[in-house]
Amino acid sequence: MKRHLISAADLSRDDALLILDTAEELAQMADRPIRKLPTLRGRTVVNLFYEDSTRTRISFEAAAKRLSADVINFSAKGSSVAKGESLKDTALTLEAMGADAVVIRHQASGAPHRLAGWVRGSVINAGDGTHEHPTQALLDAFTMRRRLGRLDGLRVTIVGDVLHSRVARSNVLLLRTLGAEVTLVAPPTLLPVAVSAWPCEVAYDLSAALPKADVVMMLRVQAERMNAAYFPTVREYSRRYGLDAARMALLPEHAIVMHPGPMNRGVEIAAEVADSHRSTIVEQVANGVSVRMAVLYLMLGGADPGGGAPTGVAAGAAGAISPESTGALEVAR
Amino acid sequence: MHARDPLAADLAAGAATVGATAGRAPTGAATAVEASTVEASTVHAATAGAAAATAPPGHVSPGQRPDGKTVLGPDEISRALTRVAHEILERTNGGTDVVLLGIPTRGVPLAQRLAARLTQVEGHLVPVGSLDITMYRDDLRLRPARALGHTAVPASGVDGKTVVLVDDVLYSGRTVRAALDSLSDIGRPRAVQLAVLVDRGHRELPIRADYVGKNLPTSQREIVRVLLTETDGQDAVVLGPGRDADAQDAAGSGAGLGAGR
Repeated sequence: MKRHLISAADLSRDDALLILDTAEELAQMADRPIRKLPTLRGRTVVNLFYEDSTRTRISFEAAAKRLSADVINFSAKGSSVAKGESLKDTALTLEAMGADAVVIRHQASGAPHRLAGWVRGSVINAGDGTHEHPTQALLDAFTMRRRLGRLDGLRVTIVGDVLHSRVARSNVLLLRTLGAEVTLVAPPTLLPVAVSAWPCEVAYDLSAALPKADVVMMLRVQAERMNAAYFPTVREYSRRYGLDAARMALLPEHAIVMHPGPMNRGVEIAAEVADSHRSTIVEQVANGVSVRMAVLYLMLGGADPGGGAPTGVAAGAAGAISPESTGALEVAR
Repeated sequence: MHARDPLAADLAAGAATVGATAGRAPTGAATAVEASTVEASTVHAATAGAAAATAPPGHVSPGQRPDGKTVLGPDEISRALTRVAHEILERTNGGTDVVLLGIPTRGVPLAQRLAARLTQVEGHLVPVGSLDITMYRDDLRLRPARALGHTAVPASGVDGKTVVLVDDVLYSGRTVRAALDSLSDIGRPRAVQLAVLVDRGHRELPIRADYVGKNLPTSQREIVRVLLTETDGQDAVVLGPGRDADAQDAAGSGAGLGAGR
């Protein structure tokens, strides 16, 4: 395992499978009378959230607490950030408090990468701008493997606002590593310019793509990032790229419907689809805790890979990450 | 003891450098650190260090057969297990309310073999499962995070039962300590007993086995390896010099290794 988890591209196939296998064992714990392991006793995990989030923050908090780590929650609202403190100064404050891991969500793509150069602990990207959200991709892959039994050769169709989606990018990279075939379906205006460089297929007709999909993943239309006229009306988008019951009927018998949440019911996904037996949306949330426990355990449970020195190994790891991350950033723009 | 610390630090630094350049630390380098920090013996640390210095990391062939001496063969292992099975029956009132829990890796097949023998003698099925103790170990922070073993507690649970923990080698007693902690998070057994194939001595905690297949006096520099058909293709208990343990570790089977943690 690398020291930081910033991009899904940081994970080798072995790393990713180790995380999924570990999560599989940890998922069993949910049935036990005592849902707590002593493994990360005395370690501190800081949740550094500059952007609103419900499930990711709660999920990371639950995961860290089940491993007995101490959790410090930090949200930009009501902190010194509101007084104008920079990311670096906040990072140095966390450093002084001895954070072993920093889980960061930030509106700027690349913020976790910068943070990784400033702190001693591990940095886990919980979503940065329109860049990546690797633990979401891991929990999606975990959910697919649990439901369908395999990932190799699985055909996954990702539909919707790919342009603003960190979930889509992380999923494409991770699923590729794990041997699945990904097809993106979106209006041309909601695809990144350099999407042809991504390791996936691109299509524009949802109804045509559905019959050969094992998994269809609906992305949220990110209204807060819609700063230009990407599609004429919500109604038109919903008609062409929304998943309703009629479209769901085109899917093969075994296929599942996923959504990273939060959903816009009636826009990208109809209520009857979201509540159907094919939908894994609630399962994804439960699996999120197991996967994040696995990530925290594998990154913090063992010997400190850097021996406490931020310079040597941290710089090496950051150097190894930067080509992919910055490359991916350019693709995003 | 003082001589060991700088050596361990050197090795750790070496492993860290390799890790930084190659992304993942090659097993050879990581093993050298493990050997020097985990093993309590100064002498062992020195030999491991010398080995690491002369042979480049990863040079130990993983598939290498141990050149140690075979202490127990297949027949002797089978006889020992049969005897242990009978002892369990005698001391648990015919095996009523017994749950066998094997500690991964090699405790699990041993527990299954014992369960088969108990069933054969008494005629009723004895629940058998596995109990992974990785998350409860006290040496987690000394090595890179390791893969978890599988925990499968029989559907009947452990509450009010007599749980017999089964492991291959009893050495420091730390694995058993972790297993007891793990067990208390799963339920409240009426009693907990311990069955091991080999007791090699050198306890570091006040723990003893209730059933022992073979008492094997060893030096701390030696390594006891248990090979089982299910996991290794053959049944044998091998007593070898320390360096074989590194070769075994390099093969990547760290956690459940019969090296007797």
